[in-house]
Amino acid sequence: MSNAEKQMMPPAVAAERVAAGLAARHGRERRFRIYGRIAIGIALAFLVTLFVSIFSKGIPGFFQHYVTIEVTLDRAKLDPAGDLSVQSLYDGDARGVIRKALFEAAEASGRSGRKAAGKIISQGAEQRLRSAILDDPDILDTTQSMTFAVDDDVDSFLRGYIKRETPEKDRRINDKMIGYIDTLNEKGLISFRFSDYLIFGSASRNAEMAGIYGALVGSILTLAVCLVLAFPLGVATAVYLEEFAPKNRLTELIEININNLAAVPSVVFGILGLAIFIGIFGMPRSIPLIGGVVLALMTLPTIIISSRAAIRAVPPSIRDAALGVGASRMQTMLHHVVPLAMPGMLTGTIIGMAQALGETAPLLMIGMVAFIVDVPGSVTDPGTVLPVQIFMWADFAERMFILKTSAAIMVLLAFLILMNAAAIIIRKKLERRW
Amino acid sequence: MNSFSLLIAVMLISSGYFFLGTRSSKAVRTAGARLHSLPHYYGLFAGLVAALPALALLVILAIGDDIIFNRLALDFVPDDVKAGENYKEVIVLAQIYNVVNGINFGEQPEWVNAAAAAWHGWEATSTTLKTVTVLALSLIGGMLAYRMVNPDFRSRNAVERIVMTILAASSAIAILTTIGIVFSVIFESMRFFALVPVSEFLFGTTWNPQFEGAERAGSGQMGLATYGSVPLFAGTFLISVVALSVSVPVGLFSAIYLSEYATPRVRSLVKPLMELLAGVPTVVYGFFAALTVAPFIRASGMSLGLDVASESALAAGLVMGIMIIPFVSSLSDDVINAVPQALRDAAYGLGSTQSETVRQVVLPAALPGIVAAVLLAVSRAVGETMIVVMAAGLAANLSLNPLDAVTTVTSQIVTILVGDQEFESAKTLSAFALALTLIIITLGLNFIALQIVKKYREQYE
Repeated sequence: MSNAEKQMMPPAVAAERVAAGLAARHGRERRFRIYGRIAIGIALAFLVTLFVSIFSKGIPGFFQHYVTIEVTLDRAKLDPAGDLSVQSLYDGDARGVIRKALFEAAEASGRSGRKAAGKIISQGAEQRLRSAILDDPDILDTTQSMTFAVDDDVDSFLRGYIKRETPEKDRRINDKMIGYIDTLNEKGLISFRFSDYLIFGSASRNAEMAGIYGALVGSILTLAVCLVLAFPLGVATAVYLEEFAPKNRLTELIEININNLAAVPSVVFGILGLAIFIGIFGMPRSIPLIGGVVLALMTLPTIIISSRAAIRAVPPSIRDAALGVGASRMQTMLHHVVPLAMPGMLTGTIIGMAQALGETAPLLMIGMVAFIVDVPGSVTDPGTVLPVQIFMWADFAERMFILKTSAAIMVLLAFLILMNAAAIIIRKKLERRW
Repeated sequence: MNSFSLLIAVMLISSGYFFLGTRSSKAVRTAGARLHSLPHYYGLFAGLVAALPALALLVILAIGDDIIFNRLALDFVPDDVKAGENYKEVIVLAQIYNVVNGINFGEQPEWVNAAAAAWHGWEATSTTLKTVTVLALSLIGGMLAYRMVNPDFRSRNAVERIVMTILAASSAIAILTTIGIVFSVIFESMRFFALVPVSEFLFGTTWNPQFEGAERAGSGQMGLATYGSVPLFAGTFLISVVALSVSVPVGLFSAIYLSEYATPRVRSLVKPLMELLAGVPTVVYGFFAALTVAPFIRASGMSLGLDVASESALAAGLVMGIMIIPFVSSLSDDVINAVPQALRDAAYGLGSTQSETVRQVVLPAALPGIVAAVLLAVSRAVGETMIVVMAAGLAANLSLNPLDAVTTVTSQIVTILVGDQEFESAKTLSAFALALTLIIITLGLNFIALQIVKKYREQYE
C-alpha cells in the first residue's frame, strides 16, 4: 500500500518534500561539524592548559635567589686540625664563618637580629663552603666573594608569594628578616639566577637545596637495565614467533599471553617485582636493578608487538632471494630480515623505553620511593627515579617544591620528547617502503 | 671474584675459544680439507658452548645463595626468641643483614653477631665456589666443543640449533611473567582469604585496614579491621564513569571529525598534538590534577555554594579522562578509517548529507570496533594508578557523588604496599587480593572487547 503510494508520488512533489526538509538537514550537518570542532577544541584546550600550568611554574623553578657575601676564610676556624681532611672541615665552624659574613653584609646586630639574619641563608651553604675549600685549599686565609642560596621562605618572599602586607604573625618571615633582606637587596647582593641545586643537587627536605641529579642517575641506570634486558629478549621473541615457531597450541598460548601482558595495569608488575624478586629471591629494595627488570617485563609486549610488525613488513621476496642462493633459514633471518626490520624494531624499543621512563607505580611497589640522598653508583645501590622524585616532591607544600617539581617535570618531558623525536626520525630516515 | 667480574671472565674465555675455533678450522681448510660449514661457525660453536652453560650456572648460583643463606641464618636464632611473641623471620633476617653490611643500631644480641660472622664465612665460600665452578664449566665446555672441530662436524647446524633454543627460550619469558604474576597474586590472596572470608571481602561495605595489631584468626578481636572492598570498587567505578564521560564524547567526535571532515593538513597537525596527551607520564597528570584541577573545581564549587572535597572524584576523573582521550580517539579513528569508501559513496549517491552518512552508515559499521575501544579505555581507567593516588585521596567513602573524596582499588594497593611491610599481616595480603580482582577485571574487559571485535566485525574486501 505505502509502496504503491510512494511510486505514485510525482517527482515534483518528491522534490518539494526534499526541499522542505533540506534546511533542517543542513542545519544538522552544520551542528555535527561544530560538535567535532568543539571536541577537538576541548582536547587541545586540555593540552594547552596542562602545558601552560606546568611551564608557568616550571620555568621559574629553574631559577632561585642567591646571596653573594664577602667571606673571610679563617683557616683556624674552618680547618681546626689543619690537615684539610673532610673530618676536620666538618669539625670546623663553617656555619659561624658564613653567619659572620652575612651579619656584616646585612648590618645585623643584637641577639634577635642575628637570629633573624641567620635564617636568610640556606643550610646548604656550609656544605658548599666546605667543598669550595676542598676544591681549592689556597682560598683559606683570604677573603672571597661567595654566592649561597637563600632559604626557601626568603626565596618565596623575594618572588612575592609571601606578601609584605600580611600581618607579621601570619607569615613565615618576620619584619626583622624583611629589613635585612631589603638591606641586602639595596646593596645589590641578592641575585636571581639559574638554580645549580636543581640540576646537581640530590634529594633534600630543604626546598632550596633539593635537586634531581640523584633521580636522574637512578633513571638512567634503571633504563639501562631495562634496555639491556628488554631489547634482546623482545627481538628474539619476535623473530621466533614470526619466523620459526611451529603453529601449535603452545605458540598460540604465548601469543595470547603477550597480548594479555600488554593489557595488565602497570601496578601489577610492581606487585610481581615485590612478591618474586624481593619476597622470594630476597633481593634488596629500592635498587635500579629490580626496577629495570620490572620495567623490562612491562615494556616487553610493546617491543615484541612492534618488532613483529617490522619483521612482517619485510617482503617475502627478500627471504626467497636469500633462500634461493642457498642461505639457511637462520642465515636468511639474521643476515637479511632482521637488519632490514631493525629501524622498526628500534622505533618500538624507543617508544617502550619512553613508557618505562615515565612509569611510576610499579617502582613505588619495589621501594624506589625511599628518601635517598646518595647518588646511586651502580645498579645495586639504592636509588630513585625521576617520576618517583616528582611524586615525592608533589607531596611537599613549600612553594619552592611546587616550582621545582614543575621544573623536574619539564626535564622529564624534555627527555620523553627527545626519545619520541628520535623514534620518529629513525622511522622517517631508515624505514624503507617496499 | 664477584658476579660481575665472573661474567666478564666467562665472556673473555668464550671469545678466546671463538678465535681458537675459527683459526683452527681455517687452518684445516688451508690444509686442503673440505669443511662442512664456514670457519666462523666452528668458532661460534666453541664460544657458545663455553659461555651459555657457565652463565646459566652463574645466574642460578647468584640468585640461589641468598636463599640458602637465609635458611642457614635462621638456625642461629635461639629457640626462646623463636617462641617469643611477635617473632617474624623477616625482622630477624633484616637484623642480621644490617650487621653483615656493617650497619649497627645499638647493641645486637650475641646470636645476631654469630650469625653475621657465619654469614661472612658463607659468603666467602660461596664466592670461591662460584668462581671455581663457573670458570671450570666454561673452560671445560669450551675445550670439549673446541675438540669437536673437524671437517665433518656440522657446526652450522649445531650453532643454529643453539640460537633457535635461545630464541624459543626468550619467547617463554612472556609465559614465565604471566605465571609469576598469577602465582604471586594467587598465593598471597589465598592466605588473605584464609584470614578474611571471601564474602566479607566482596560484599562488605567498610574498608578499614588500618588496625595493624588486630590479627583476626583466633585472636578474638573481630571487627577491628574490616576488609569490605565495595567502597573501593564503587570509587573506581565513579572515577571511571567521570573519566569516560569526558573521554568518550571528546575522543569519538574528534576521531569522526579528523577522519571524515578534516583536511589532510589539519589532520597531520592535530593528530600528533592529541597523541602528545598520551605520551605525558601519569605522574604529571597526577600533579596537574592535585595542584591545578582540584583547587579549581573546589573553588568553582564553593562559588556555586556546593561542598566539594579537596580531593574529589571529579578532579581525578576529569584528568584521567583527558589522559584517555587520545586512546579512544586513535582506536576509533582506526576503525572508522577501516569502513570502506564504497559504503559512504553509496550513501552520498542516495542523497544523504555527510553527517547522515556518518551517523547512519559509518558509525553502525564501525560500532563493534568503537565499543571495543571504549571497553579498552575502561580497562585503562580501572588500572590507572598515579592520578588517583595523587588526586583522589584515601578516604574509603561509599558514595556516588563525584564531589566527594573516594578511593580506588589501585590507590589502596599502592598505599598498602609502599614502604616496609610484613608479608604476614592481613593488611598487606589484602593488597594482593585487590590486585587479583583488578587483574580479573582488566583482563575480562580486554577479553570481551576482543570477542566483540571478532564476532561483529564486518568483513569487507
